[in-house]
Amino acid sequence: MLIASTLDDALAAVAAGARPIAGGSDLVVGARHGKAPLPASLVAIDRIAELQTVTETADGGLVLGAGVSHHVIETHPVITGHFSGLADASALVGSPSTRHVGTIGGNVMNGSPAMDTGAPLVVLGATVELRSTTGTRTVSIGDLWTGPGRTAAAPDELCVAVHLPAPPPRSGSAYVRLEYRRAMEIAVVGAAAAVTLDADGDVASISVALSAVAPTILAVSGLTGLAGRSVADVAAAAAEAAAEQARPISDLRASDRYRRHTVGVMARRAVEAAARRAAGETIAVPVNRALGIGAVAATPGAPS
Amino acid sequence: MSQSLDRDLVLTVNGIAYPVSVDHGRNLLSVLRTEVGLTGTKEGCDDCECGACMVLLDGQPVNSCSYLAAQAVGREITTVEGMVRDGELHPIQRNLLEEGGVQCGFCTPGMIMSATALLARTPDPTDEDIRIGLSGNLCRCTGYAKIIAAVRRTAADLRGE
Ligand SMILES: Cc1cc2nc3c(=O)[nH]c(=O)nc-3n(C[C@H](O)[C@H](O)[C@H](O)COP(=O)(O)OP(=O)(O)OC[C@H]3O[C@@H](n4cnc5c(N)ncnc54)[C@H](O)[C@@H]3O)c2cc1C
Ligand code: FES
Ligand code: FES
Repeated sequence: MLIASTLDDALAAVAAGARPIAGGSDLVVGARHGKAPLPASLVAIDRIAELQTVTETADGGLVLGAGVSHHVIETHPVITGHFSGLADASALVGSPSTRHVGTIGGNVMNGSPAMDTGAPLVVLGATVELRSTTGTRTVSIGDLWTGPGRTAAAPDELCVAVHLPAPPPRSGSAYVRLEYRRAMEIAVVGAAAAVTLDADGDVASISVALSAVAPTILAVSGLTGLAGRSVADVAAAAAEAAAEQARPISDLRASDRYRRHTVGVMARRAVEAAARRAAGETIAVPVNRALGIGAVAATPGAPS
Repeated sequence: MSQSLDRDLVLTVNGIAYPVSVDHGRNLLSVLRTEVGLTGTKEGCDDCECGACMVLLDGQPVNSCSYLAAQAVGREITTVEGMVRDGELHPIQRNLLEEGGVQCGFCTPGMIMSATALLARTPDPTDEDIRIGLSGNLCRCTGYAKIIAAVRRTAADLRGE
């Protein structure tokens, strides 16, 4: 294994065929499950300083180094304040240890259909910066995933950063997921929304994306016509569109029918929470806990 | 400087450097238990689910069963053996015993490491903070209430109350 201390060393290693490993919480756990053998040649990219930074751009956007951990995302004041939907997602990942080792780069490059940061990144309009020894290109996050566990990146390309544009004024975002327990869980279904309000408090723009209901994160289409309608109307219409467009599978965690129904409910709640944030209300990260969505804590003293 | 590793690694555990020779892909837990010889860290599921294997890496909790030993090179690894100072139990250890937060004890080393990481970043945790801080650790015996009480009491002790 090469422990890379610079991006150039890491890029040279992947050009020579090494597989990048950041936290290893997908790669190592997957290999130990027999999903795919651990690659013989690995380059550890978790000590490259320039991949660990969170940078605000002059116009209010954000650049997240690929090595930024879920723990940093869930606690960073700019992210919890202005890109709250992403913080909602990172705060739900695994347990404290998963959030310390797991990175945003690993989450998006692993490309699981049930990944939590994917839907918020889609509604926030993220782009991904891919780099190899021969150059750099930028891909919109929706174009990155080509199938479950597959991305448009070439084997010699590293994801170096995730770029988030400045959110418009009077906007807010949220991510909620249906879960059966409060930690160490995979989304049964999840939904993210970004909402911008007009001066009257009606919806000026809306986008919704879904996790765990299609081979990749699914952007809900056909919502642009909803501009000018009330939050309640838009939430109901988004829920209907989400349930209609979902292409869920049945597996041991949920049936396709159950997923289709609940993803509509999650979409509605995501829109409602995003709209409340857009109106200036502070809803603590993650929305799941603040609003009691998904699995909720047992009441102390109550029989469990 | 970038560092190329083969079989021979040096792991720093509880402040002591241990040279070890291991195959590619060996997990940290098995190296700690077998090569380093510190068996306080437990193997419950060996599958990143139960937290019995929790250690600290530069102060942050890591499931050592599912973490490559090679990735821990150059970092400070802390195991439960590193909690005792001058023959005295750490307050979290003492309080777990006194509150009845230990029954079979299998989850205890992992609980101690997660609690230590939590208290380092949140010296005055709410019960909800403690539940989240321990959410990667399963206990089959205690029902958690006494473990949470022990962490609450340790937080107060460490704040000098
Ligand atoms: C117990 C547990 C609970 C989990 N819970 C959740 C959850 O709730 N929600 C969720 O979304 N995920 C969850 N995960 C999955 C995982 O933790 C996340 O996807 C995490 O973000 C992966 O990051 P990593 O740095 O550990 O990735 P790694 O395992 O290091 O890498 C994952 C993949 O991406 C590639 N890669 C990594 N970084 C780069 C890069 N910069 N450029 C190119 N390729 C790269 C690797 O080669 C590998 O193929 C969980 C995992 C575990 C073990
Ligand atoms: S032994 Fe590592 S999490 Fe169970
Ligand atoms: S005391 Fe037995 S598992 Fe926790």
